[in-house]
Amino acid sequence: MIAVITVVIARARNLFAVVVLFGIYSFLMATVLVALDAVDVAMTEASVGAGISTILFLSALHLGKGIEMKPLRRPFLPLAVSIATGAALAYGTLGLPAFSDPRAPIHQHVAKRYIEEGARETGVPNMVTAVLASYRGYDTLGEVTVVFTAGIGVIALLRRRRPRKPGEGS
Amino acid sequence: MKDYLVLRVIAKLMIAFMVMFALYVQFHGDFGPGGGFQAGVITAAAIVFYAIIFGLPAARAVVPDRLVEVMVAAGVLLYAGVGVAGLLLGGNYLDYFVLSADPVDGQHRGIFWIELGVLISVAGVMLKIFYMFADRDGEASE
Repeated sequence: MIAVITVVIARARNLFAVVVLFGIYSFLMATVLVALDAVDVAMTEASVGAGISTILFLSALHLGKGIEMKPLRRPFLPLAVSIATGAALAYGTLGLPAFSDPRAPIHQHVAKRYIEEGARETGVPNMVTAVLASYRGYDTLGEVTVVFTAGIGVIALLRRRRPRKPGEGS
Repeated sequence: MKDYLVLRVIAKLMIAFMVMFALYVQFHGDFGPGGGFQAGVITAAAIVFYAIIFGLPAARAVVPDRLVEVMVAAGVLLYAGVGVAGLLLGGNYLDYFVLSADPVDGQHRGIFWIELGVLISVAGVMLKIFYMFADRDGEASE
């Protein structure tokens, strides 16, 4: 279903339809993440991907035209590059350990301590919150700073137009 | 969309529950899925919903631009401030154990405050971006 929607998104020229399809895609992705037992990520995907991004896309769409331009050139070279990259990534997955293999390298390092000691050390039953906020506090601080920078960037880019009175020129 | 009675009544009902759900996601993040990022986005979505139904000026009256801008910075400062508080109390940066006599209790406190910082910042940024976009639209149509 995700594949079908991706193809439709690529083919569609009406951007409004594309935005709605993006929302559907995000919800499907959230379902996949729930199936993978990653409820926190699924929730983020549903609220950020399907909720806020759709609203922001729609408001951006309101400012521009609703129809995508015809491509200027035949997209064969980009297509070849994406297929080659996709094939390389798919080939790379062959070398990964089996899904949810407890002896995979990623589970040998710090994850073990998070799972075994996390609840006792932090008193937080939700392991994701414990890792995100406590063990990986620096990373989360970085994430918040990224969000902050994005906001500041938008303010800096869009604010400039406001003080200009009509007829004053640029 | 101010003229649609059904939308207006439903919106008034829904927004209370949306904010409530955001707070639930925020404070229940220790036990179930959720946390500052999700709660911030849901809070912003509630206000964006209000803006769509009642118009941007009404939303600006509830959550003024200034407050949103302060929120953007205050969240990050709160987060970083928790780290500094840990430093002042004799721990490492972003060490929560020192925030209370009991280390586990300190963890709870630290996580509570940084999640609050995340919520404030994320909600502020999302709202600010929406305000900016919606505002430019209004300018163009004038």
